[in-house]
Amino acid sequence: MAVPSPPFSLSKHSPSNPPSFLASNPSLDPSKAPVLRPRNAFGSEANLGGVEQTRLRLWNNLKTNSDLRLQASRELPGLTKELESDKSERMERVEHGTDLFDEMKQRFLSFKKHKYMQNLELYEKLAKDQAPKFMVIACADSRVCPSSILGFQPGEAFVVRNVANMVPPYENGPSETNAGLEFAVNSLKVENILVIGHSRCGGIRALMSMHDDVETSSLIGSWVSVGMNARVRTKAATKLLNFDQQCKHCEKESVNCSLVNLLTYPWVEEKVRNGELAIHGGYYDFVDCAFEKWTLDYKESNPIDKSGKVAVKDRAFWF
Amino acid sequence: MGNLSLEGAIEGLKKLLIPNDKDEQLNKELETKIEKLISELLGTTPPMYPELFSELAKHQTPKFLVFACSDSRVSPSNILDFQPGEAFMFRNIANLVPPFNQLRYSGVGAAIEYAVVKLNVENILVIGHSRCGGIDRLMELPEDGSTENDFIDDWVQIGLPAKAKVKAEFGHLPLDEQKRECEKEAVNLSLTNLQTYPYVRERMARKALALRGGYYDFVEGCFKLWEVKSIITTPIHN
Repeated sequence: MAVPSPPFSLSKHSPSNPPSFLASNPSLDPSKAPVLRPRNAFGSEANLGGVEQTRLRLWNNLKTNSDLRLQASRELPGLTKELESDKSERMERVEHGTDLFDEMKQRFLSFKKHKYMQNLELYEKLAKDQAPKFMVIACADSRVCPSSILGFQPGEAFVVRNVANMVPPYENGPSETNAGLEFAVNSLKVENILVIGHSRCGGIRALMSMHDDVETSSLIGSWVSVGMNARVRTKAATKLLNFDQQCKHCEKESVNCSLVNLLTYPWVEEKVRNGELAIHGGYYDFVDCAFEKWTLDYKESNPIDKSGKVAVKDRAFWF
Repeated sequence: MGNLSLEGAIEGLKKLLIPNDKDEQLNKELETKIEKLISELLGTTPPMYPELFSELAKHQTPKFLVFACSDSRVSPSNILDFQPGEAFMFRNIANLVPPFNQLRYSGVGAAIEYAVVKLNVENILVIGHSRCGGIDRLMELPEDGSTENDFIDDWVQIGLPAKAKVKAEFGHLPLDEQKRECEKEAVNLSLTNLQTYPYVRERMARKALALRGGYYDFVEGCFKLWEVKSIITTPIHN
């Protein structure tokens, strides 16, 4: 059985505190809002409320810091640019980058106070060694951090992030992605690999927009060509769909392409065959906020059938 | 239904959880849904900035390109609380950035090109950390060039210039301390290598892009941050 039974924690270091669910009376004042600690789906004491707490602290920070302009909308004031900035404004902002880093300092100190110091035993264990159960390959896109969406806590997931969450095949030779893969599988001995694709992926869009016969001189083009099989299969299967819909199809197809490429690594295939390692695909749709996941169904024979479709099982859809 | 108190409703909902190991999967799904319902009933789930998320669904405008290690203990979203939309984040072993090369390591190059040229980020931040396995391997690379793995050594030897500098300055220290120095020196090396990318150099020249290094020490619980400033002096002439 490739997939291990439901783990209590995603790290082989289990936390000392049992999970708890706290709730108290609602309040309209955000600074007095309670810290919610919902039970993490994986059962560990995940201080998910800590993120809310930090965000609330920023809110208070804003009221006192007149340099930051408070928007009328309920937009999270933070480290994203205003969309209508012009060049001179941007140059000024770069020179005054110290404001950005003051904020970053506050965030780190808040992390230290509310997470690090509250979980010293865990952090002391982690300081000696990491034993994550997951390796995650995700896109570098600023909207899809696996820690944010799936709540990975320190020690739980070894994360490789690149453009369009691609895994090149073994025969392509060394890359930053397969160096990470080798380390995770052979040294850390992770039990699961999860490749997460996502909606509105710029890298996939670039792949779908490439001209068939033109050699690309851009590094983006060279990299996303790894997903060429996904593009070919998408174009064949989606002739009647518009470009946006084709891109969406390719985003998922590319995840499957990466899953298949994972099996081209001998030490990966061996562990999957022995049941020590399970390979999963995921798709995060941030337009509708939904997450789809599936597991590669490995059989002795080729897991891909003649039409190029990947055999999967345990498909789940969370929304 | 109308005369059930809030507390009564919540108690009732909690009873729906099946205390039975057999239905583990169903239990988990139910748990999540019930907790969400309970928090909505109590009004303790604040609306999560719906306008922000609908903007983000259309496009991203991060201010940062972050290079961080893949190590499970050092997610920048955890330590520095990056919110969705704030940082385009590339994570690899030992947060290394190789020098500009159109033939090799297009993965890193693609990320830099995308972030700098297409997303117009204003800051690049390279974050190193303590007890880095990749730096460990770099410092322990055999002198004879032999290798026992397929890809790891090929990747970490990008850091050889940092190792050479550390050996020269701190070769008298025990290996563990040399490794700590190399973790920081490798960040500086990556910052130097970043400047070999033409689009990075160009934007730095017109002050549209700033480079910074960071170091997260989870043993001591501290974070260091520094800037890149390069100076070339005026020529000396008679």
